[in-house]
Amino acid sequence: MDPLTWTGNLSFLNLPLLFVTGLFVLLVAAQIVIWLISAVTNTPNADGTISSSGGGLSGMAARATLWAFYALVALVVAYVVLGALLGQSGGILGAMSQQFLPVWIALIVTYALSIRFKRKLGLYGKLFDSTVGMIGFGIVMFWTYTAVFSGVFDMIATHEPLSQVSGMKNKIPGTPLRGAEEGEFAFYLLGGDNLARDVFSRMVLGSGIVMVIAPLATLFAFMVGITLGLPSGYYGGKVDTILSFLANLILAFPVILLFYLLVTPEIIESGIPNYMAAFLFVFPLIFVGVLVNSRFHTQPQKNLLYLVISLGVLGIGYLTVISDQSTVIRVLPASLDRFDIEPGILVVFVSVVFVNSPTVFRIVRGLAMDIKTRDYVAAAQTRGEGPWYIMLWEILPNARGPLIVDFCLRIGYTTILLGTLGFFGLGLSPESPNWGATINDGRKLLSIYPHPALPPALALLSLVLGLNLLADGLREESLRD
Amino acid sequence: MGLFILRRLGVMILTALCLTYIVFTLTNLYPNLEKLAKTQGNFRMSDEAVTSWLDKRGYLQSTPKKYGEWLGVLPSKQFIDDEGKGYGRCTALADDPTQAPRFCGVLQGYWGQSTVFKDAVSKIIGIRLGLTGWLMLTVMCVMVPGALIIGVLAGMREGSKLDRTLSTISITSTATPEYVSGVIFIAIFASSAVGLKWFKGTATSAMEDITFANFTLPVLTIALYGMGYIARMTRASMTEVMTAQYIRTARLKGVSFANIVLKHALRNALIAPFTVIMLQIPWLLNGVVIVETLFNYKGFGWTLVQAASNNDIELLLGVSVVSVIVVLTTQLISDIGYVYLNPRIRIS
Repeated sequence: MDPLTWTGNLSFLNLPLLFVTGLFVLLVAAQIVIWLISAVTNTPNADGTISSSGGGLSGMAARATLWAFYALVALVVAYVVLGALLGQSGGILGAMSQQFLPVWIALIVTYALSIRFKRKLGLYGKLFDSTVGMIGFGIVMFWTYTAVFSGVFDMIATHEPLSQVSGMKNKIPGTPLRGAEEGEFAFYLLGGDNLARDVFSRMVLGSGIVMVIAPLATLFAFMVGITLGLPSGYYGGKVDTILSFLANLILAFPVILLFYLLVTPEIIESGIPNYMAAFLFVFPLIFVGVLVNSRFHTQPQKNLLYLVISLGVLGIGYLTVISDQSTVIRVLPASLDRFDIEPGILVVFVSVVFVNSPTVFRIVRGLAMDIKTRDYVAAAQTRGEGPWYIMLWEILPNARGPLIVDFCLRIGYTTILLGTLGFFGLGLSPESPNWGATINDGRKLLSIYPHPALPPALALLSLVLGLNLLADGLREESLRD
Repeated sequence: MGLFILRRLGVMILTALCLTYIVFTLTNLYPNLEKLAKTQGNFRMSDEAVTSWLDKRGYLQSTPKKYGEWLGVLPSKQFIDDEGKGYGRCTALADDPTQAPRFCGVLQGYWGQSTVFKDAVSKIIGIRLGLTGWLMLTVMCVMVPGALIIGVLAGMREGSKLDRTLSTISITSTATPEYVSGVIFIAIFASSAVGLKWFKGTATSAMEDITFANFTLPVLTIALYGMGYIARMTRASMTEVMTAQYIRTARLKGVSFANIVLKHALRNALIAPFTVIMLQIPWLLNGVVIVETLFNYKGFGWTLVQAASNNDIELLLGVSVVSVIVVLTTQLISDIGYVYLNPRIRIS
């Protein structure tokens, strides 16, 4: 079988793409130049506004840029759609596009529904008013759906992440498998790595690891940060001094040194990460418990019911997660302890939560200090509400805007941290297809064979970029309120 | 102002003590010590032999005691065996074990011996810091002016095309961690696969002789990640200043736009970025570790990785002391600088 080329039968689109991209870049540059020149000729008016004299030219350039942008988007969509239809005759891009078909369908459905009902969806719906937010959301959802379809339904990926095929070591993208069996995918779409594994499948399956750990770890960091940051900002005084000192202590640690100290086998053996997990995982319980209790403590029966349900579920989850027969913490008997996290993942999770929570703490503390001077807080105090009710049901909902934005940014940052851990070979097992470890694997032969390291690097870059753009869009839209 | 600095210094010393104590405890856990004994002595040591090896050298005392010895505030434990051979922290300092000083810690200027490099820790750290110093200096020279120019250009007119373009660039750069941009740069500019062999993919030769070819990629890689963040902060600060009343007054007076930006807005807009730049230095330390590993430049970050992965306790302690001091000093400078630069805080 012949090796696949990059674009195959789609190659008629290459020349237009090159042309339109060049045109777009030129137009943007031209617009900036026109703007800079016209900035000098602007005349200030008496009311503090400025009237521009070069409007005609810059208006034309702006329209042209917009058209070029639409043409660019149309071409990219053409690659994806035609690729999905043509499959392998559309080259590597076509075959990849066909593999991603479930993701495309899910994305189209999501966007169609969201845009149709965007006025009823609150802040999420407003996201679809900003171009930046829509692009960011699209990229994030692309990786989310990839993670779901490849991890849960076993689609998209073409080979097993660990299967090695003889003769495929360091082969360039599009190389056909020698003697592929019936029903087996006949190509290594993005080539083979130095252990003859499929780069494309490893990149796709790596998304699953990131998309599970990063948002969850960020959520836990937020629980810790909120539970400690609210009282710190609300009460001030000694509580604040002590907690802030501790937070600054962790923040003063160089992150990589902390990782190396926490994630070495000797430390894992001593059980410190398990104790830290036991400590950090309590915070969601405290948070939910206080949340329910502060709201319903005047209605004892309802209060008891809600508390028992929420804490019961969380408590069982907590016990099964932290208790592990192979480590120091054995709370539950083995017969009840059905669920263990793989030790590598637990350590990575704990250290990422640990590094992130002081920053969240500082943000929440700052917000609480600002909001506690508002009138509605004073009103609640006069009503005789308890301090925790005010913190969780008055201050927290009013701080949600900046917190949601920071949550998106922080998932991106957590993704970068996970990559760093993988890059130094800490935590997760070296065979696991997580992006950081794959980049680390690929970098050793980078100057001869760049193809194994580049796909995970670009994947990580695009996910973090998507999250940043999404945060930017959300910030813009929440400020507009 | 004096009292403020004094109080900050006090907090800083307390933080440094706490942090070094944590690092000390984590590196001196028993599994680590056992590994140390086996790598230094003999891999086939029995458990008793390990214990006696550690006991002779004073490793089995309580952690606060050992920490005091390391710091130089407690007398070091000495053990002299029947043949007159001495063991313990201070014996390396004198030929005759009975003549060894009683106190030998960081406060006395003795940082211990590295077990991996077989050399004095203070000497290793000195050399490595020098190498990293060059890297940091070059990065600062590229990153700070670049970021400030991008930020000011983007922020002087919010929402303009220039602002959009530059903001997109800075968001992309904040989303590109060093290990991603480094890999992309090497693949494009240094690999034989693409053919653009403009620069070298390693910086090992830069340790002797810094050239454009071997130093550009590491510097660009670190600078890129930090640049976007500083640029965004500068942009935010600049847009805020540009809406201030006194800028409007200047416009009404008929001052040209260039003059407004350069003479009126810039000075006030640069107060906030100053703090950000100082606080960015600890993050650069992270970047330095990644980039030095990626480009094989044997500086401070590379030493950190070597010390940590080879369980070189004394060297790792030395490295963490230095990095903690760097972090705390930059925080102090940024605080003092912010108060000093901002007249609204300085006068009240």
